[in-house]
Amino acid sequence: MRMSRALTAVGLMLALAAAQPVGAADAVNPDADFKAFRDYFTKRFPNVPLNDFVNGPYSMDAELRKQWLAIDDFPPYDFAVDRGKEMFATPFKNGKSYGDCFPGKGIGVRQNYPYFDDKAGEVITLELALNDCRKANGEEPYSYVNDDMASLTAYMAFTSRGKLFDIKIPNDPRALAAYQTGAEYFYSRRGQLNFSCASCHVQSAGEHIRTEVLAPALGILAAMPIYRSEWGSMGTISRRFVTCNIQVRGVPLQPQDELYRDVEYYLSYMSNGLPISGPGARP
Amino acid sequence: MASTIRVRAVASGDNTEVQALVQHPMDSGFVKDAKGNLIPPHHIEVVEFVHSGKAVFTALWGPAVAKDPYVKFSFKGAQKGDDLTVSWVDNEGGSDSLVAKILSAAWPAWRWLCGCLVH
Amino acid sequence: MIFAKDLPGRTRRRFLKGLLAVVASSLGLRAWLKTARAAAAADVAKWPKEAFAQKTEADAIKALYGKEAEVSDKVRLDAPEIAENGAVVPITVSSALPDVTSIAVLVSENPFPLASAYTIPPGTSAMVSNRLKMAKTSKVVALVESAGKVYSASKEVKVTVGGCGG
Repeated sequence: MRMSRALTAVGLMLALAAAQPVGAADAVNPDADFKAFRDYFTKRFPNVPLNDFVNGPYSMDAELRKQWLAIDDFPPYDFAVDRGKEMFATPFKNGKSYGDCFPGKGIGVRQNYPYFDDKAGEVITLELALNDCRKANGEEPYSYVNDDMASLTAYMAFTSRGKLFDIKIPNDPRALAAYQTGAEYFYSRRGQLNFSCASCHVQSAGEHIRTEVLAPALGILAAMPIYRSEWGSMGTISRRFVTCNIQVRGVPLQPQDELYRDVEYYLSYMSNGLPISGPGARP
Repeated sequence: MASTIRVRAVASGDNTEVQALVQHPMDSGFVKDAKGNLIPPHHIEVVEFVHSGKAVFTALWGPAVAKDPYVKFSFKGAQKGDDLTVSWVDNEGGSDSLVAKILSAAWPAWRWLCGCLVH
Repeated sequence: MIFAKDLPGRTRRRFLKGLLAVVASSLGLRAWLKTARAAAAADVAKWPKEAFAQKTEADAIKALYGKEAEVSDKVRLDAPEIAENGAVVPITVSSALPDVTSIAVLVSENPFPLASAYTIPPGTSAMVSNRLKMAKTSKVVALVESAGKVYSASKEVKVTVGGCGG
């Protein structure tokens, strides 16, 4: 059972590697990847309803799910959502506000991020867009790993709860390259512990890592940002990417490094069609 | 500045279920900061819930209550539209208070559907 | 003629308070105001300092209730077998016992076992849900004071280190 799981995971990685020979951008096939990725998880966890994957470890373990439901009934991230709502309602010094930088005034749009900006030629994540908005309006950017940014993304995630991930990869070699770079990062080993993101979140998804259970990569960003009991505070996607790198004893990149944004692009595209569940409560 | 207290008080029939979440570090005094110094204890001591001038529930907390603490209880004799006053005081003399309205059972479901926030 | 606004802060407050008291008492409202204000504010005087400072389960129970607890199957403690994270452990205490006046929760292995205590006036249910911090694997004890006697139930909750902490 264990052996076949490892082989399936390896098979997935080989299939993805084979589908895109290095340097051949026209061979990048996100749709084929998407299907292979989805099939891997649905076959491996046939009893998990598709939409439940967004609940991460709680879709995998009934005991942990009970504790999570007890906390999610009145969750500590409510304060971050309240604060985010206040921040959205407070204009910048120049009179404009966050709503002016986003389609739909920033309400109910989180599921469209990240997207590939063809003018800038790079992936724009929600966190980056928020700081771009601040800078464009004469305000100092926020740290990507602290409470201010987390409150903003918590509020935006909350207004998108239930909406389905809708990440687009335009038929543009730069977008495909960004997607591919993100995919390769995800499957590459790093750090002293020599783990790739996939080592935990694809190969060992659903398994225990001490008391915690590893979340499947499918839908893994849907619950972000999260209030972690461990931190006693909110964590943005940036914070989590940085700390995951540190945990495998690797050198983390700067928050919102282009590479991190490409990973977010890849992971979010893989979660297309799954509902936003954020903000979330996690151990 | 938003309140540190969030309350969900729902009446169904004669019974009102109250859930409260309070934003507070609840430092135990056993944890060290990044420099290696002990962070002094800073935690809520008393939380009082008052309805119609009468205390319906009093929580006496020590540092072993989790950060951003939560409590749930229920009591009889209130109805939708009544006020419920919640106030807390901590070991450093800090305090906060909030008056919440008791809602009817239909509200919570709607809250999630509209993505609205309610105390 | 003294105007309140001319007085320095503290004196002004005392002046106004005194004025209010005079006015209130003359209207017979004073007693009502005092009760309402006292009832509405959380009062530190109620906090059982001694009990929270005890270092053993037995001492904490003695300091809180002055008597020993008797194990009872009418006290129900819902707590996880393995806590997902020791920093936030959701628990619920409930009881079918009559005339419950107080509920308390202890974590035996914590440096100070008494975690929380609750006053249950008449009309309030004998039920409390709370979230605890547990330093390590420990027995969690629920106490219920009913008709002057104290009853208990306990459960061991395992706490280890999470693997993904960072």
